[in-house]
Amino acid sequence: MSNIDRPLSPHLSIYRWPITMALSILHRATGIAMSVGFIVLAAWLFDIASGPETYAVFLKYMDTLIGKLLLIGWSFAFFYHLSNGVRHLYWDTGRGLEKEQATRSAWLVLAAAIVLTAVFWWVAS
Amino acid sequence: MSLRSPLGRVLGLGTAKDGTSHWWGQRVSAVALLLLGLWFAFSLATMDSFSHSAAVAFVASPMNSLLLLLLIVAMGYHSYLGVQVVLEDYVHAPGLKLVSLLLSRFAHIFFAVAAIFAILKIGLGA
Repeated sequence: MSNIDRPLSPHLSIYRWPITMALSILHRATGIAMSVGFIVLAAWLFDIASGPETYAVFLKYMDTLIGKLLLIGWSFAFFYHLSNGVRHLYWDTGRGLEKEQATRSAWLVLAAAIVLTAVFWWVAS
Repeated sequence: MSLRSPLGRVLGLGTAKDGTSHWWGQRVSAVALLLLGLWFAFSLATMDSFSHSAAVAFVASPMNSLLLLLLIVAMGYHSYLGVQVVLEDYVHAPGLKLVSLLLSRFAHIFFAVAAIFAILKIGLGA
């Protein structure tokens, strides 16, 4: 039944990456990153409940360079997923789906995510 | 006239009849997380200290306990729905697909219940 000579449509590798495509996969990537972050959030709460000694271990891991980088990554993932999520909800109303509109909202979402992440760490420090 | 393909008729498979509730559940939890997530981010950013006593005081405050419980439920649900879609998209082997979906569900429930138990333990001062 298979016909290996049949014509194939152009696949992913042949396209230049438009910003909308990059943001689409980034939405999924940040979602998965936060699913992992959910475990750390649960660990934070569980370690607080377990007492000061256990909590100190949690803080020790988070205070490393890798821990800090992960926290910065999760904060960006959160603000990006949130901003792009609002874009998705707006799309669900049937608006903003034209190519030019989607490209414009893509840059807006990226800017919002970066600004919100920066404001978050500025307030936190 | 049926629009079903001959293969579909032979296999006797239809829709799972719960696609809409999955889609809608993802949107409802997204709106909830928009509010709860911003509250949590704001709370973390404005916390004076992350010492054990400060963390206990934060979680133990009744309003914070309540919002944290809602956050965990909404986040666990939204995360489960998202991971489910990703697994369904990329894991094609039937057995592996079932096992990964099962593990994802168990893991989400495990960590959500662990977090809920911890919040209650701190909040009730046990």
